[in-house]
Amino acid sequence: MKTLLSKPWIWSFLGALVVFLATIAFTRGVGTGGILTAALSLAVFTVIVGTGQMFVITLGPGNVDLSLPANIGLASAVAMKVMDGNDAMIAVGLLAALGSGLAVGVANYLLIRLLRIPPIIATLSSSFIILSIDISYGRGLQIKPPPGYADFTNIQIVGIPILAFVTVAFSVGAAIVLSRLVYGRSVLAIGQNIRAAWLAGVPVERVRFLTYALCGALGGITGALLAGYFRGASVDIGNEYLLSSIAVVVIGGTSVAGGKANVPGIWGAALFLVLLLTMLNTFGVSPGLRLVLTGLIIVGVITAAGGQKALR
Amino acid sequence: MSLGSAQAVGARPINWARLMRALLPALSLGIVVVAIASLNQRAISYLGFTLMLNLAIPIALATLAQMFVITINELDLSIGPFVGFVGCVTATWLHDSPLLGITVLIAAIGVYVALGALIHLRNLPSIVVTLGMSFVWQGLAILILPTPGGKAPEWLLALMGFKPPFIPMPIVAAIVIALVVHFGLMRTSYGAVLRGAGGNGQAIGRAGWSLLRTKMVMFGLTGLFGVLSGLALIGTTTSGDANIGNGYTLLSIAGVILGGGEFVGGRVSPVGAVIGALTMAMAASPLLTFMHVPPDWQVAANGAILIIVLAARVLISRKEANA
Amino acid sequence: MPQSIGQIIKLDGVERHFGAVRALDGVDFKVDAGECVGLVGHNGAGKSTLMHILAGTGTPDRGSLAVGGAAQTGYSVGRARQLGIRCVFQELSLCPNLTVAENARVSHRSIEGWGWRKRAAALIGDKLDEIFPGHGIDPNDIVSDLPIGKRQMVEVARAFTVTTDPLKLVILDEPTSSLDAHASAQLLAYVEKARQAGISTILISHLLGEILSSASRIVVMRDGKVVASDVAGGFDRTRLVATMGGAEGHRADRTKTEARALGHAPVKVKARPEGQREGHELVAREGEIIGLAGLAGHGQTRLLLDVFRASTGKRPDAEVTDKVALVAGDRQTDGIFPLWSIAENITVRSLARLRRGLLIAPDMTRQFALDWQKRIGIRTPDIDNNILSLSGGNQQKALFARALGSDARIILMDDPMRGVDIGTKLEVYDLVRREAEAGRTFLWYTTETEELDNCDRVYVFRNGRIVAVLDRHEVSEEKVIQSSFAEGVA
Repeated sequence: MKTLLSKPWIWSFLGALVVFLATIAFTRGVGTGGILTAALSLAVFTVIVGTGQMFVITLGPGNVDLSLPANIGLASAVAMKVMDGNDAMIAVGLLAALGSGLAVGVANYLLIRLLRIPPIIATLSSSFIILSIDISYGRGLQIKPPPGYADFTNIQIVGIPILAFVTVAFSVGAAIVLSRLVYGRSVLAIGQNIRAAWLAGVPVERVRFLTYALCGALGGITGALLAGYFRGASVDIGNEYLLSSIAVVVIGGTSVAGGKANVPGIWGAALFLVLLLTMLNTFGVSPGLRLVLTGLIIVGVITAAGGQKALR
Repeated sequence: MSLGSAQAVGARPINWARLMRALLPALSLGIVVVAIASLNQRAISYLGFTLMLNLAIPIALATLAQMFVITINELDLSIGPFVGFVGCVTATWLHDSPLLGITVLIAAIGVYVALGALIHLRNLPSIVVTLGMSFVWQGLAILILPTPGGKAPEWLLALMGFKPPFIPMPIVAAIVIALVVHFGLMRTSYGAVLRGAGGNGQAIGRAGWSLLRTKMVMFGLTGLFGVLSGLALIGTTTSGDANIGNGYTLLSIAGVILGGGEFVGGRVSPVGAVIGALTMAMAASPLLTFMHVPPDWQVAANGAILIIVLAARVLISRKEANA
Repeated sequence: MPQSIGQIIKLDGVERHFGAVRALDGVDFKVDAGECVGLVGHNGAGKSTLMHILAGTGTPDRGSLAVGGAAQTGYSVGRARQLGIRCVFQELSLCPNLTVAENARVSHRSIEGWGWRKRAAALIGDKLDEIFPGHGIDPNDIVSDLPIGKRQMVEVARAFTVTTDPLKLVILDEPTSSLDAHASAQLLAYVEKARQAGISTILISHLLGEILSSASRIVVMRDGKVVASDVAGGFDRTRLVATMGGAEGHRADRTKTEARALGHAPVKVKARPEGQREGHELVAREGEIIGLAGLAGHGQTRLLLDVFRASTGKRPDAEVTDKVALVAGDRQTDGIFPLWSIAENITVRSLARLRRGLLIAPDMTRQFALDWQKRIGIRTPDIDNNILSLSGGNQQKALFARALGSDARIILMDDPMRGVDIGTKLEVYDLVRREAEAGRTFLWYTTETEELDNCDRVYVFRNGRIVAVLDRHEVSEEKVIQSSFAEGVA
């Protein structure tokens, strides 16, 4: 028990559990299964973007990808347009969304590297350009996803969405990348001390490039999946992932100072955030208050968790 | 620091790259004005500037707000929603029961001071904290004013609608604001300490100054100028909207950078920031409209302007490093 | 001397520990009015720690501190200033974004209100004129525009300015490290003038000549203790060097490693300091240990970094023909990954070779780390403990293990023995010599002259240039210091 409590990710799961219990206490158990299914379905998307964001944030202070919402929005439109309601084009559409996300990630890295501007500003300015591309490209886009695709993103096995299984496998993969691949170790090394990493022979720029590209690609995939799940693309489909992708990383026990990442915590934090929204909805809280509470909880969690001294 | 810094030794002639860099903000504003003039002669008139710059004052104030936190190496990603929140308070409570409105606005500045203290004491990343706060301000704005509406107080409308002789109001206001902040931050003795805290916090601490206090003062000033920006905005638009300030986060950061400020090191320029804000205000809509940029692409144009200016600066500072 | 009576500051039995390292081990120290105390000792002897305690930026773990005869509790920077004690730190403590005058204001609370800029400018300008006539610094210059030497002048001058707080003692930590000979002489003359006016100074310097000519009393530190304190006249260079000690241990076995004939071994590294087109070029052959000497921060680290960069891409000034690894001297900023275990810190450079397929193999990394722990003698109960649980010397060994365990044939060492105990040093010297005999090439920047005895050839740096090349039989403290100043002595 003690070793379990010392794991940084346990708190996010405990938080999720508390919120969940509060919700079913309020509904007296009615619709518990539905709540869980819905929570898992939505958490999946946050986990995927959150994992990308985690790799970026782990690179160290100042590294963050603020272009995810625009990236997701554009990829959702790209996927729908390429699939064009045709089941045969699903794979191509997914690849196209992946490519769109990858291109955004590469563009972000180039801005950071060539203009030597902090990633926050680079990704923020690129997000505005992406947003315009999306508005112009997706104008009047009313394409429904192919029926087979929409079904796939909504299939459940004993109440558990199939995407959740896939995403758990993805998380296991991400954890292996982080701890057992040279790339993952390099990310952790750069996040702790970029200069020491360079002097220890880590190819710093290649790793940073891969990381921003990876984060962009994951954003692209998420866009495609969201379009399937919500049965259509839209410009603002990714808006909530600006904050939530960062929030799940921080709540999940990854250090904002860099160099320390935590994959399981992202699941706990994503479930916590989704269930928190469910709870507030169940309680009948107004949209305004919901925003306020979400914001306050995030600030509170960062205050409690983020107290460690940044290295620089 | 273990890295031996490259330092050119010797007498310093006029550093053209540095001069260029200092003039870059004014230069980019000039380019925008010339571009507008060539596209539409009539825009260059008392009425034209009044119309084109009608939103420049709130943008300039928000930019200065952002500049204060950037001076101490922090960033405020919540300034846009905060301006929106102030706008909603102004259009409702400040109009209906001024005492309540004033209390709320002062309390909001207090929240900023407290955030500064929190960020310093717990050593938190300001990006994440202010990102969280952006949701709080947005939520509060929606609670106060669920649908667009409300009404600006009369005195505010009168103030913002004032028409001075010869020079349009926004230009007069921009000059006054820039000079006041320039004096406060660049010319007072405590201003030097505040900027020093951004340049070398450790040295300021060793000289016996409280770094906690500098953070609280700077965040407080950000709150104050955020409030002023919201007031000016509502005085211009006459009614409130919870989403009215959302674009100001990017605009304010862009304005500071365009104005020659740097993200770290306490190097900022209030006059430059105001010029940067005016540039953004004119480039954001009037220029793009005259150039017949379709509305879809106006957001992209803003991002592109930012990237181009940053690229220009990188080129110039490379020259500077080689000089 | 009118004010020879009166004690300014006194330490009794002061101790200070950093983890397992005893930086100060029971130090008694005092400064009286009208003294210029020269403080000498090798790197890691505890001079800087002592200075931080005097300045109020560090607190002793044990022992007492008295100022003007009154015992101090809760001593701090602010308190030190009120009592008239100032410090010029080695790492510059000016705000680079402010003007010279604004920097003067920052350290004087009383300069405020209307006309503060004029007063601040006059205060610092007059002091600069007084100490460094003909300095050519305008109080309205922004500090980051000034070359490093002028910044150091500003910092020194600022420490001597007086407004409301008294001025009794100024601690100068390597104040001449970035000054040319002319400005150094101006400063030392001023220190003497100040002393006659009753302002005491503590002068910390590696240049023994400076200490011998300027100090009225000399205090020698070694291994965290004061080992000698005497009037300056009681010392000459020989006695000072002997008292600082540290070298006897292995100077004896120097004869054992006779000059090896490596003239025909293949060249591994060729490099020139950036901007130096003519003159000496550094050449290192296979199996050679090459020393980089001279005063700290005169371009040695830059050259090492250039060589390091040359291993990953083409550089105009450096050429290498094999893989390169670097042993950092500034462990915290350049070497250690503080969140990682000892094993992870050792293996990071070699992960690519410790894989099965694509995956890093935990058993292989563990074995690798254990091997090197044994070979290099890292003292720890568990190789999986956090790296920070080690003492400074053992952390340094882990960094050596990282480099020596790698596939690199060229090892760069960036003054890696700072603050390392003598036992560890001797072990590492042996290891370096063994590795060199096995064909590895070492470029070794060191600020400790006796380490140069291990080198086959020594390049002496001054102001970013190589000013002398010494063969192994020519290497001596005298010779190195002489060469370091060969150029630019007025």
